[in-house]
Amino acid sequence: MSALLQTENLTKRYGALVVTDDVSLTVEEGELHAIIGPNGAGKTTLINQLSGELAPNGGAVRFAGKNVTAAGIDRRARQGLLRSYQITSVFDEFTVRENATLAALGTQRHAFSFWTSLLNDQKALEAADEGIAAAGLAALADVHASDLGYGERRQLELAMALAARPRFLLLDEPMAGMSVQESAAVVALLQSLKRKYTILLVEHDMNAVFALADRISVLVYGKLLVSGTPDEIRNNAEVRAIYLGEEEVGHS
Amino acid sequence: MRMSLSTGNALPVALLAGLALLPFAAAAADEPFFTAFFARVLIYAIAATALNVALGLGGLVSLGHALFLGLGMYSVALPAHFGIANGWIHVAACVASCGVVGILTGYVSLRTSGIAFIMITLAFAQMGYFLIVSLKQFGGDDGMAIPVASEFFGFSLGSPDSVYGVAFCLLVALTVWIARLRSAPFGMTLRAGRQNARRVASVGLSLSRYQLTAYVLSAILCGLAGMLLANLNAYASPSSMSWMVSGELIVMVVLGGMGSVFGPFLGTVAFLGIEEMLKAVTEHWMAVFGILILAVALLGKAGIAGLLARSGRSNSPARKGAKGPLLAESGVQP
Ligand SMILES: Nc1ncnc2c1ncn2[C@@H]1O[C@H](COP(=O)(O)OP(=O)(O)OP(=O)(O)O)[C@@H](O)[C@H]1O
Ligand SMILES: [Mg+2]
Repeated sequence: MSALLQTENLTKRYGALVVTDDVSLTVEEGELHAIIGPNGAGKTTLINQLSGELAPNGGAVRFAGKNVTAAGIDRRARQGLLRSYQITSVFDEFTVRENATLAALGTQRHAFSFWTSLLNDQKALEAADEGIAAAGLAALADVHASDLGYGERRQLELAMALAARPRFLLLDEPMAGMSVQESAAVVALLQSLKRKYTILLVEHDMNAVFALADRISVLVYGKLLVSGTPDEIRNNAEVRAIYLGEEEVGHS
Repeated sequence: MRMSLSTGNALPVALLAGLALLPFAAAAADEPFFTAFFARVLIYAIAATALNVALGLGGLVSLGHALFLGLGMYSVALPAHFGIANGWIHVAACVASCGVVGILTGYVSLRTSGIAFIMITLAFAQMGYFLIVSLKQFGGDDGMAIPVASEFFGFSLGSPDSVYGVAFCLLVALTVWIARLRSAPFGMTLRAGRQNARRVASVGLSLSRYQLTAYVLSAILCGLAGMLLANLNAYASPSSMSWMVSGELIVMVVLGGMGSVFGPFLGTVAFLGIEEMLKAVTEHWMAVFGILILAVALLGKAGIAGLLARSGRSNSPARKGAKGPLLAESGVQP
């Protein structure tokens, strides 16, 4: 296996607060890599720097062998680095299918066409419908995003990321706020996506993380504490200390 | 987009059909005033529809579109002043000036958003206004008469009837185009940007390029309206590019329904129609007008088009997630 995504000494500061502290992280091609850590550890901030939404104060991000530190989010997306948001972020006035088709189009070609309907773009539509079906929204394809339930909107987030046919998926708490059944469905979906895509998963649900991840990295106060297999993490004394009180780490 | 003739579209389509016949009726009744008045309505409807591309679809609240109306007017007036009546040269001057000024001002303005964007577009328009005012050799404050109308292969825009005909065709063509554009990738990207700019970038689209294109397109189309206005009045004056005109264009779009297909047309008809009627009734028409506009603004952001679409839908039970094709989007760029 080779590294698909790499950070080198990535650092982000807000004033005196160091939110990403000298993080050097490697995600191998094809693996599902989870990032865990307490609230405010800097997980979302790290994802934002990987996706290109936030510029780091120092260090570098490499994707598929290229230094993409200076590339904006749209350029990274077109190279196959796609993300979903912790706080649902979809286009409310559009239907599920329109949301996903726009997401598909964005990585396939430009949007400088002024006459033919977006939904007539067969190639984009095909990718969109695949993403919608994979995310379990096929029955709701023509419903406006504003009319979806909370869990369904989270599913649409995933559908949009998948419609872009990504090489790498950055998923920021895809199960946040979902019902038990809905999260179970997402765990099953991620299980099926594993190996097809390289995935970086930020998630608080330890059962899900330990069931899915090939490797886990623990982030504390912006610092990368340790990376390892689920077993290594489960038995790591420092990790156990941090999660003290949360019963036993990753025991299912 | 398929244009189904729902209740929402029925009224504007009927209005347009009526306007197609109006010059004949006005001629028969020997009331040329009506042709001239409604030619003005059509021209402002073109300008409002042009603004709708930036404002309605893209959420770009430009308070400077009168500048492009003015550039269009002077694209006729200046060549005409030197005896050039060739309409194609007027069009070329209009497209070039609005295009170049649109690219420059758009490029700078789009680095900001929200209130700052409004103020900076206003500032650019004011610069253009004072530049024209300072050109004393071309009438300055007073404006300038246009001795020869634009002429296209022998077809002259010298009469209200001919301006009316061209304005009508242009408005219909523009309206059909907007109906397509709204659901085409370009329109969808703009609308997506108005809802959630950050998200557009994360699907791989570079929003600012699309917004700049929308702004420039909108500027050029507004310039064409200015050309027609210059021919109709046989006059170009800085007063038609004052910031109040920019404000009125915004009011027309918002009144009719931002982002909707027929909204700018309906808004213009309502705005100029009510203005004309109030003027006839009271000299305090401005105050009454202000209150009326306020009332419509309170009705909601979807404007007249939204109102029509809603009344059209209330006949059939609303399906979850079903929205009329005319339902205007709400909200402007944050
Ligand atoms: N724009 C900002 N300005 C200042 N501080 C910020 C900013 N964004 C984030 N922070 C701080 O950085 C720290 C990390 O935030 P971040 O959202 O990355 O944490 P997280 O690990 O994703 O947390 P959670 O598990 O709650 O999602 C927090 O202390 C937060 O208050
Ligand atoms: Mg977070």
